Amino acid sequence: MSAASIIERLAAHLGLEEGSFESDAEAKDPWVRIPGDRLLAAARFLKTDPELDFDTLHCVSGVDWPADDPPAIEVVYHLTSLSRKHWIVLKTRVGREGGSLPTLETVWKTANWHERETYDLFGVRFEGHSDHRRILLPADWPGHPLLRDWEWPETWHKIPVKPGRQMTERAEGGQMTGVGPFD
Amino acid sequence: MAEQRSPVDGAPLVTLYDEELPPDNSYAFSPEELEEDEMILNMGPQHPSTHGVLRVELKTDGEIVKDARPHIGYLHRNFEKHAENIDYQGVIPFTDRMDYVGSMGNSLAYALTVEKLLGIGVGERVAGIRVITAELQRIASHLLAMGTYGMDIGAFTPFLLCFQQRERVLDLFEWLCGARLLYNYNWVGGVSHDLPEGWTDKCRRFLDEFVPVLDEVDKLLSHNKIFIRRTADIGIITPAMAKDYALSGPNLRGSGIDWDLRRDDPYLGYENYDFNVVVADSPHGPVGSCWDRYFVRVREMYESVKIVRQALDRLPAEGDVHENVPRFVRPLAGEAYCRSEAPRGELAFYIVAENKKPIPYRVKGRSPCFVAMGLFHEITRGEMIADIIAIIGSLDIVLGEIDR
Repeated sequence: MSAASIIERLAAHLGLEEGSFESDAEAKDPWVRIPGDRLLAAARFLKTDPELDFDTLHCVSGVDWPADDPPAIEVVYHLTSLSRKHWIVLKTRVGREGGSLPTLETVWKTANWHERETYDLFGVRFEGHSDHRRILLPADWPGHPLLRDWEWPETWHKIPVKPGRQMTERAEGGQMTGVGPFD
Repeated sequence: MAEQRSPVDGAPLVTLYDEELPPDNSYAFSPEELEEDEMILNMGPQHPSTHGVLRVELKTDGEIVKDARPHIGYLHRNFEKHAENIDYQGVIPFTDRMDYVGSMGNSLAYALTVEKLLGIGVGERVAGIRVITAELQRIASHLLAMGTYGMDIGAFTPFLLCFQQRERVLDLFEWLCGARLLYNYNWVGGVSHDLPEGWTDKCRRFLDEFVPVLDEVDKLLSHNKIFIRRTADIGIITPAMAKDYALSGPNLRGSGIDWDLRRDDPYLGYENYDFNVVVADSPHGPVGSCWDRYFVRVREMYESVKIVRQALDRLPAEGDVHENVPRFVRPLAGEAYCRSEAPRGELAFYIVAENKKPIPYRVKGRSPCFVAMGLFHEITRGEMIADIIAIIGSLDIVLGEIDR
């Protein structure tokens, strides 16, 4: 099924009128952006509708947009249908401070770890998640490092963790950064 | 006593260490919830069969595993944050270090994504070289998986034979680009070095000599009765579960699902090569067992040999491998997501670009091993402790890619 008809079918099911949501069927990876409160309904429909049959959730990524109005974190879901061989990208925006989304774990189980990672690195909360813990970083790590304005802590449990002076200076001068955290 | 202070203030083994220890939040199961006869057992992070630094927390009752939770992140260095401070080409060495035994596949996936973002293609010779190196890398990676899997179960000889052959692939790569493990070979728009003179002949000779060895290892291990008894009935991933957890690569095909990106969404002209997609047919027990996943890898090596032979035959004699390498990578605002069939499954990169900036705004790596590890607790429930090792090995994980 072509991207345009996938988007059309989804919008018709959700009752979204044309012009009330953003989408691009001509992009390199056709995408549709839907409000966070319709996310779960959209995901269920995309998975269960026999014409669409998006049986796998390929990837969940976060993108931080602090300069946008309003500042937001975009959560991007890449979906694949193995049976129909088509692809679509589902996007939704969530507030940077204390925003939350419904978990898609109940639709695709693989969302569990992806959402834990998005929480770990961006701080997005997922309502109803069965195991809402950090996954890659220590549980008491300060902040969420993939936020654009995240700053290195000087120390973590008295262990110096901030990158070396050399690396910071080079980064400030617009040069390449070092390879490791201690440069 | 003060002179005993270590330069790192607060190092726990120093006598004056008075810092309160961080709260122990590293356990998913609590001792209070345990039933009688149950106990919590840590496997790893230094266990040799966890293929890196993976820690698995097991809730056991005798030898039976009631539940398991993997703990990851020991190798986390967040290359995605690094990538936000470095130009597009500079990210390639970081991607090499994700799946460090399948580096060609990683840099290839990243290069394909940036090329998709820029809207450029590569010449026929570069595409051919990329196919050859990617398939050789698949052979090397599957040899490692096969050899170490045999050793996990207790068979030592196949390991030596596999590593001998893997070494020959690494020698070919060393001749090609100077590195044995982390190649930095696939560039945006091209590859770093053209094939040296005589390389194709040596590659052909390797393929000719490799196939009989593979036959021998296959005979030694795959249909060995003990090996089958150890692997053919455990760690069952049903096709529905495999889709639900978005498995990919040999793990997905080991569950009997006929899907391969090289055929179903071809890139680099894979549609022009004649090869079969290997799907498990499980002669020894239920579909989706550890043995099925293992055997898919073995048979995939034969298919890779076929592809490399065809690619060598039709490789154009002339062509500049740097022809399409852009002087500056400054894409227009936009985003691209590109999947590719890496040795361990579908490796994808998601790149968001700001308008004409030399530095990516966001790079995300979709790791097939990370995804496969997400269903680990499902397939280990009710198995024996010794089988956990067989299950970890059958998923063929690399922790560098899981933790990124």
